[in-house]
Amino acid sequence: MDFSFNEEQTLIQNQVEQFIQRDYDWETRQSLAESDLGFSQENWQKFAELGWLGISLSEEAGGFGGSAIETMIVMEEFGKGLVLEPFLETIVLGSSLIDLTGNAEQKKEVLSSVIEGNLQLALAFTEPQSRFNLSDITTEAKEDGKNYLLNGFKSVVMNGPSANQFIVSARTANNQRDIKGISLFLVDANSEGISTRNYKTVDGRRASELTLENVKVSADSILGSLDKGYEFLEKGVDIATLAICAEAVGIMEILYKTTVEYSKTREQFGQPIGKFQVLQHRMVDMFMEYEQSKSLLYMATMKHVENAPDSKKAISGLKYQIGKAGKFVGQESIQIHGGMGVTDELNVGHFFKRLTTIGTIFGNTDFHLKRYSSI
Amino acid sequence: MDLKFSKEDLEFKQEVEGFLDANYPLDIKEKQDRRYPLDKSDVIKWQKILSKRGWFAITWPKEYGGSDLSPTKKYILQNVLAEANTPILIPFGVNMCGPVIYSFGTEKQKDFHLPKILNSDIWWCQGYSEPGSGSDLASLKTKAEKKGDYYVVNGAKTWTTLAQHADWIFCLVRTKTTSIKQEGISFILIDMNSEGIEVKPIITIDGAHEVNMVYFDNVKVPKENLVGGEGQGWNIAKFLLMHERTGIAGLAAIKRELNRLKELASEIYTGEDTLLEDNSFRKKINETEIELEAAEFTELRTLSAIAKNGAPGPESSILKIKGTELQQRVTELFVEMLGYYAHPFFKENELGSNMSIGPDYAAPVMPNYLNFRKVSIYGGSNEIQRNVIAKAILGL
Ligand SMILES: Cc1cc2nc3c(=O)[nH]c(=O)nc-3n(C[C@H](O)[C@H](O)[C@H](O)COP(=O)(O)OP(=O)(O)OC[C@H]3O[C@@H](n4cnc5c(N)ncnc54)[C@H](O)[C@@H]3O)c2cc1C
Repeated sequence: MDFSFNEEQTLIQNQVEQFIQRDYDWETRQSLAESDLGFSQENWQKFAELGWLGISLSEEAGGFGGSAIETMIVMEEFGKGLVLEPFLETIVLGSSLIDLTGNAEQKKEVLSSVIEGNLQLALAFTEPQSRFNLSDITTEAKEDGKNYLLNGFKSVVMNGPSANQFIVSARTANNQRDIKGISLFLVDANSEGISTRNYKTVDGRRASELTLENVKVSADSILGSLDKGYEFLEKGVDIATLAICAEAVGIMEILYKTTVEYSKTREQFGQPIGKFQVLQHRMVDMFMEYEQSKSLLYMATMKHVENAPDSKKAISGLKYQIGKAGKFVGQESIQIHGGMGVTDELNVGHFFKRLTTIGTIFGNTDFHLKRYSSI
Repeated sequence: MDLKFSKEDLEFKQEVEGFLDANYPLDIKEKQDRRYPLDKSDVIKWQKILSKRGWFAITWPKEYGGSDLSPTKKYILQNVLAEANTPILIPFGVNMCGPVIYSFGTEKQKDFHLPKILNSDIWWCQGYSEPGSGSDLASLKTKAEKKGDYYVVNGAKTWTTLAQHADWIFCLVRTKTTSIKQEGISFILIDMNSEGIEVKPIITIDGAHEVNMVYFDNVKVPKENLVGGEGQGWNIAKFLLMHERTGIAGLAAIKRELNRLKELASEIYTGEDTLLEDNSFRKKINETEIELEAAEFTELRTLSAIAKNGAPGPESSILKIKGTELQQRVTELFVEMLGYYAHPFFKENELGSNMSIGPDYAAPVMPNYLNFRKVSIYGGSNEIQRNVIAKAILGL
C-alpha cells in the first residue's frame, strides 16, 4: 500500500501549484470571472504547452496515457486556485468520453486539437426534466438517409458558450427514461439549427441553454455504437465526478485553512476568536470533513483506476461525502468569518459558491446515496 | 389551555385580509410574488399605506401614533401580512429608533422625529458595528467629542444596511474613555447630509448592494441630537435588543416559503413521482415542518406569557436562533429543489427583467440562499445568542 505520488505525478503537482501561485492570484481570477470569455485563452495555451491537457488521455489519442490519478492531482490544485479554465468540461468530461468511445478518426481529429489547446468541448447531457438521471432524455435523433436529424433541448450545458463541439446525448430508440436506445453525437457548434442562450453561473463559470432544431449530423458523428451510449455516458460522468470531487477537496483545504488563519488574527472581546472553544470544535469538524473527503477521494480514484468491481459504488459514496462536507465546510467558513464572510470581496464566499454548485453537479447527496445503496 | 382564537380575533383576521385585498398595490405584489428586489419607493409606498390604516407602528404606544391592538391581534396582523408576502418593513426607524426616541428622547426629539418615522418620510439606518467591533460591540471606537454646541464625530461604521437610501443614522459612539467600556458609549442621531459623511458600498456574495461602510470625518452634530444623556448608549442598546428579540424570527414568512416550496416541488417530476413524493426530499421537508411547528408554538407560548405576566419567559430566547436556522434551511431546500437550474446567476440589478433561465421562479433562488447566510451573523450572531442563553438562562 502506498499513497504517495510517483516522480512524474509530483512534478505535475508542483507545476500546477506554481502556476496558481505565480499566474493565478485572486485579483487575476476575479477579473477573468468578470471577463466576456470567463477564463483566459492564454492560460489555456499554457496548459497545452505544459502538457496538462493530454495528461490523462490515451497515447493512442495523442495523450500521455496517465490515469484518473493525474486528473485528480491537477483538479485538486485547480480547486485551491478556484481555476475557471474549463478543464473539467473540455478535458475530463468531453475528451475522456471521446477517448472511451471514439473511433481512430474521431480521436485523431478532435483530440489532437484539444490537446493543442485549439478546441473546446461541452457535454450536453442534462435536460430540464432530467435532474440527475442520465437516461432521462427526450432529445431525439432520427435517421434521415445517411444522416441524423437532432431535435431537442439541453439545459445548463457547462462551458457551452466556448464549445466548438458539443457531445449531445439523444434518443435513437426506446422511451424517455430507458437506458437503452441512447446515442452520443459529436456536433459542431456552428451547425445549422443550433442556438444557444449563454449565461454566467453562480460559481463564475459559463453555461448555455442549447436548442437543437433539425440539426443534421452524419452517421459518422456517432460516438461508440448506436443505441449503446448510456454505458459510456455513465462512465464519462463517473470520471468527471472523481475530478470534480478532487476540485472540492482542494477547495475545502483552502477554506478550512483560511478560516483557521482568520480566527487567529480576528480579535473580539480582547482575544482571537479562535480561542473560543465553540469555534475551535467547529474548525476541528471542518478539518475532519476535509480529511475524510480526501480519504474517500483517494479510495474511489484508486478503485476506478484498478477497475475494481465496486468502483461505481465508491464514486457515489465519495460524491455523497463531498456534498455533505462541502456544505458544512462552506457554510461554517462564512459563519466564522462573520460579516466578512458574506462579502464579494473576500475569496471565501466564492469558494463557498463553487462548493455549492459542485454539490449539485453530477448528482446531489440524495441522488448518490440512493445510487450507493442500489449498487 | 385553549388553542382557538376568539370570535373577535377571527373577525380581525378577516378585516386584515379585506384590507389587503383592497390596498396591496398590484405592482408591488407582482415584484414580491416573483421575489424580485423592491425599489426604495415601493417600500415607502407600502409603509405609508399601512401607516394610514394605523397598522405600521403597531408596537408603539397609542399616544405616539401606535396602536392599541392586543398582543394576539398584533400577532394576527403580522402573520396575515407575512402570509400574503407583503414587503418586509424596514425596521430601523419604526422598530428601533422610534422606540428609543419615545422611551428616552426629549420632547423636542419626539416632536421632530416620531411623525416622520410614522409617515416614512425619513429613512433611518443603524450605525452600531465597526470594522473592529462586531460581536464585541462595546469595544467600538467611533468618537464623539463635545465642542461647544456640537459633537464632532470621527470614525467608521460598517455593514450599515441600506445606508445608501438613508436620510438619518442612529449611532453608538464613544463620548468618553472609561475603564468599563460600556460606560463611555452614547446614542446619537446624525443627519446623513451632514458634511464629512461618506457612504461606500459593500457588495455581498449574492451580488447585491445592501450594506455599506459609513465614514465620519469631523462631522458636526448638534448636541441636542444625543438621546438619553452621555454614557446612556449601552443601556439604550440593550433596551433595543429586548425590543427586537421576538420579531426577528419571522416564522410566518418561513411557513409561507415552505408551503411554496412544497407546491413547486409537487410540479417537478423525477421519474414516476414528483419531487415532493421523493422519500429523501420529503423527509427533509417534513423535518423542517416539524421544527417550524415547534417554533410557532414556542412563539405562541411567549405571546401568552406576555399577555399574562407582561414579560416573555425564557422560551422566547430561542426564537432568534431557531428562526434563522429555519430560514436558512428553507432557502437551502429551494436550491436543492432546483438542481442545475439554481446555477444560472443574475445580480440584484439584473433581476426584475424576467431573466430566469429554467422555471420562472428560478433566478432569485440562489441569491436568496447566499443572502440568507447573513441571518445567523447579524443582530447578534447565533454563537453570541447561545452564549447569552447559556449565561442568562442556564446560569452557566
Ligand atoms: C448583511 C448584514 C447586514 C448588517 N446590517 C447591520 C446594520 O445595519 N447595522 C449594524 O450596526 N450592523 C449590521 N451588521 C453587522 C452585524 O451585526 C455583525 O456582522 C455581527 O455583529 C457580527 O460581527 P462581525 O461581523 O464583526 O463578526 P465577528 O464578531 O468578528 O465574529 C466572527 C465569528 O466569531 C464568532 N464569535 C465572536 N465572538 C464569539 C464568542 N464570544 N463566542 C463564540 N463565538 C464568537 C461569531 O459568532 C462569528 O461566527 C450587518 C451584518 C450583515 C452580515
